This record gives sequence, C-alpha cells and structure tokens, in this order.
Amino acid sequence: MIRDITIGQYYPAKSVIHRLDPRVKIVCTLLFLISLFIQKSILGYLVATIFLGAVIYMSRVPLKFILKGLKPVIVLLLITVLFNLFLTRGGAELVNFWIFHITEKGLETSVYTGIRLIYLIMGSSIMTFTTTPNSLTDGIEKLLHPLNKIKVPVHEVAMMMSIALRFIPILLEETDKIMKAQIARGADLDSGNMIQKAKAMIPILVPLFVSAFRRANDLAMAMEARCYHGGEGRTKMKPLVYRGRDRAAYALTVLYMILIFVVGRYVPFHIWIF
Amino acid sequence: MSIKLEHINYVYSPGTAYEKQALKEISLEIQQGEFVGIIGHTGSGKSTLIQHFNGLIKATSGALYYDGKNIYDEGYNMKELRNQVGLVFQYPEHQLFEVDVLSDVCFGPKNQGLSKEECEERAKEALGLVGLPEKYYHQSPFELSGGQKRRAAIAGVLAMRPGVLVLDEPTAGLDPKGRDDILDQIEYLHKNTNMTVILVSHSMEDIARYVSRIIVMNQGEKMFDGKPKEVFAHYRELEEVGLAAPQVTYIMHALKAKGMDVLTDATTVEEAAEEIMRSFHD
Repeated sequence: MIRDITIGQYYPAKSVIHRLDPRVKIVCTLLFLISLFIQKSILGYLVATIFLGAVIYMSRVPLKFILKGLKPVIVLLLITVLFNLFLTRGGAELVNFWIFHITEKGLETSVYTGIRLIYLIMGSSIMTFTTTPNSLTDGIEKLLHPLNKIKVPVHEVAMMMSIALRFIPILLEETDKIMKAQIARGADLDSGNMIQKAKAMIPILVPLFVSAFRRANDLAMAMEARCYHGGEGRTKMKPLVYRGRDRAAYALTVLYMILIFVVGRYVPFHIWIF
Repeated sequence: MSIKLEHINYVYSPGTAYEKQALKEISLEIQQGEFVGIIGHTGSGKSTLIQHFNGLIKATSGALYYDGKNIYDEGYNMKELRNQVGLVFQYPEHQLFEVDVLSDVCFGPKNQGLSKEECEERAKEALGLVGLPEKYYHQSPFELSGGQKRRAAIAGVLAMRPGVLVLDEPTAGLDPKGRDDILDQIEYLHKNTNMTVILVSHSMEDIARYVSRIIVMNQGEKMFDGKPKEVFAHYRELEEVGLAAPQVTYIMHALKAKGMDVLTDATTVEEAAEEIMRSFHD
C-alpha cells in the first residue's frame, strides 16, 4: 500500500552508470543542473537532451521509472509554467483574451522553465536511481571532507544522513503495518472531512512516533556497544577510489559543459520558436 | 461462516525490479469452529496469506469467499468482513496509541459504531479474557510490561467479537509463562465460543498442542494441509524446508529405532507419555 511511495529510490541494474563513483555522479549531476541554467537557446537544450538521453540509456533504468518521478511535482510544474506564461511581459502579444495576455517572451520563458524543471528532476533522479543511498552519503562525506578543517562535523552529518536514509524504508514499512493493524480494528482512514481525516491519523502517528524513538534508542545502544565514537581515526571498509571510468565520466561531462557554454552563449544561432 | 480460497495468487510490486510472487495458487477452506495452525519458514508467505483473510491485501488473481460471498465482488462490505475476521498482527503492542488501556481496547468496538457503554462493556470483557487485571485499565498502555501490552493489544481485537480470530505469532518474544497464558486463553475462547482460530507460529510444540489442522507454507505454495499427526509424519520433508516436527516426535522415532515398540505419531508430550506407558504395559 504505502510501500509504493518512491523517495530517492534505487533501481538495481548492472550498468556503467551504476558502477561510477558516487562523487562523480554527484558532481556531474550538479554540473548538469548548472548547465540547464547558464544557457538559453534551443540548440543548448538539444545538447542537454542528447546528454540526458545518453545517460538514461546507459543507466538501463527504464524511462517509465524516471518519468514516474515527475508525478509528485506535476502541480508545481504546472503552476510555474502557467505563471510564466501569463505574467511575463515582453515582445509581441500573441493572445489577448479577457484578463489573459500571452506574450512572445512569456511563451518562451514558460517553455524553457518547464523544460528546465523537467530536466532538473530527471537529471537528479537518474543519480538517485543509480546510486544506493549509502554510497550517496559516502560520496557526500568524501566531497565535503575538506570542510573538516574549518570544524564542520562532516562525518557526523554524513552519519546522520545515512541513518535517516536507512530509516526511511523501515519507517515506511512500519507505517504500512500500523495502518493495516488499525484498519483491521475498523479504523476508517479514507472517508470524512479534513478534520475527521486528520483525527483518523492519530492511531497511526502515535504508534509510529513511539516506534521511531524505540528504534533510535536501540540503534544508539547498538552503536555504543560496538564502541562507535565518531569519525576520528575511522577507516572505511570500501574506500572510494577513482577509476578509469570515473575520469572518463568527468572528462565527458566537462566536454558537455564547454559545448553547452559555447552553444548557448556564443553561437549566434538563436532559433526562436516564432 | 467458512473462509474459502480459490486459486489465490499474490504478486508484490508487479512490474518493478522488486517483483515477487508471494502466493501461488492457494486453494483451501477453513470451516467455522476450526483451530488451524499455519507454519512455514520466514518469507514463505504466511503473513501475506493471513492478510487476505480480512481483505487487507487483495489477491492478484483468484477468489476468496467468506460465508459463501466473494469478497472481491463490487460493493462487498469490507468493513463488515473486518468486524468478522479479527486479525492480530505480529507484535500487536506496536499498534497501541490511546491514553489508557481501556480506551485503546475500545477503539475497535467504537469503530463498529457501538455506544460508549457498550464499548466499555466489551472492552472489559475482552480484557478479562486475556487476563489483564483491572488495576491496569486506566494506565497508559506504554507503561505496561511487554507481556501486558501484548494482552491489551489482543484484547483490542477480541473486543470486536470476531467470528474468526487470526493471530500472527502472538507469542513471539514472550516468556514461557506468558506464552502459555495467552495460548490457553485463546484455546478457552475457541472451545467456549466456537470461534474459528487461525494461528501462525514458529513453535512446532505450540502448534501440535493446540491446533487440529496444520497448513504448511513453502515459498508461497501450500505444501501440506492436514491433521498434526499426518503433517508431522513428513518430518523429513519439513526439515528440508527449514521446519521441523515437535521434539517428542523425534524422541518417539529414536525410541522406535532403538527397538521399542511404540507408534511414532505422537506430537505432544502427553501423547508420547501415554504411548510409552502403553508399550510398557503390553
């Protein structure tokens, strides 16, 4: 029931993207996101589309899954696009009906913003689909390691993140169980108005909080029992090391960035839709 | 008021990488008043199976008849089914939430639409049945000990007066006395109210002692279905799938192998003792 919710879901497959070092994926995803915002030409978007398409193809994650990730933000997407469409002024007026005014500039901005948001989500979900949450936090920890010098507790933050991530499926499962148990006792979770629905959540939320605290307590105890004392002097079982394919991925992404930059900025080749 | 399953199949997360067939072609019928045990190793589909009984999980294909009506028919009253088929989950104490024990037990009857007085009456009756002393009624359920919490949670289901009681490992994590108390109460209920009881357990001893029929699950399929003596006669096959027969059955086999003239189908200590005494007298 509730298990179908996807939050940064990992899709197990054997692909070169899956095998990449998490640091590569984080940095390259960031670069890709930046690339979406530094250019503003149809040719630039074409390059971005080819790049994204190639990565999706290589990752062997079905396109269906990546598109499914767009579902929760579809409302946000629509609002953004519509606001841009109706509220941006500039250029020739295309539609003038009652209070609605659509201008050339508005149409352009809304289409580009829509594409940007969609690519942004697709790009970052490719990262979460191909990287387990644990290696993701590993990557973040390693990337942020230099901040240790200015007394940022990087290891502790990474540990908290990985624990939080680890607990998402556990708590989801727990929620599922508690929901079922209360439904079995006749709880009605679906009908009624807002207030009744909110009230119906109490029998689920209270046991869920109790169990979250219980689990946190157990985990803290288990960690102490194994002499966990934070990051100092701690080594990794599988230290992150860059390999050939990681360097190749960096090189390709940098190449892509240069291409985007040149195409989007300096090629005087603006093909406007109108 | 029988439960009848016909070719039930259930697939978890179909169409994804996590797809897994949890139940394969399960057909069985449980009559009113039976005491059935379900055994199977972890992940064999027991818990999935029992969640079909009250419609919490809808089968991917197949039909489930309760009292002759297919519960997957359009417009079937699921709420009524859940009133009739009480399901006690594993670690039911994790579902407690109210401010005191009595109101927590009242939750089920309240959802059935009963008046406050009736709810409390039923709650007190149910708490009496599970043997939770009255001094705990107005305490927070979170202050109780593990065994008492378990009793309070089981009472929460019993207070709905179900015709069928399904229990998923009700004794996991309890001490021997707590375990015997709870199972004895369930047996008492079964005998006195003609309630159908379906008990999922990993303890072959408990199963052998209480139930009159055993269903063995293995990798989503029904492996055996019969009287305890019949099922435990297949102890070699049971061992192959990570289960076992009760210890006394092994003792009887060992005695027989040493040349004692005993029947090997005893499944409880009492039966075994009787059989050994008989062989001495002969």
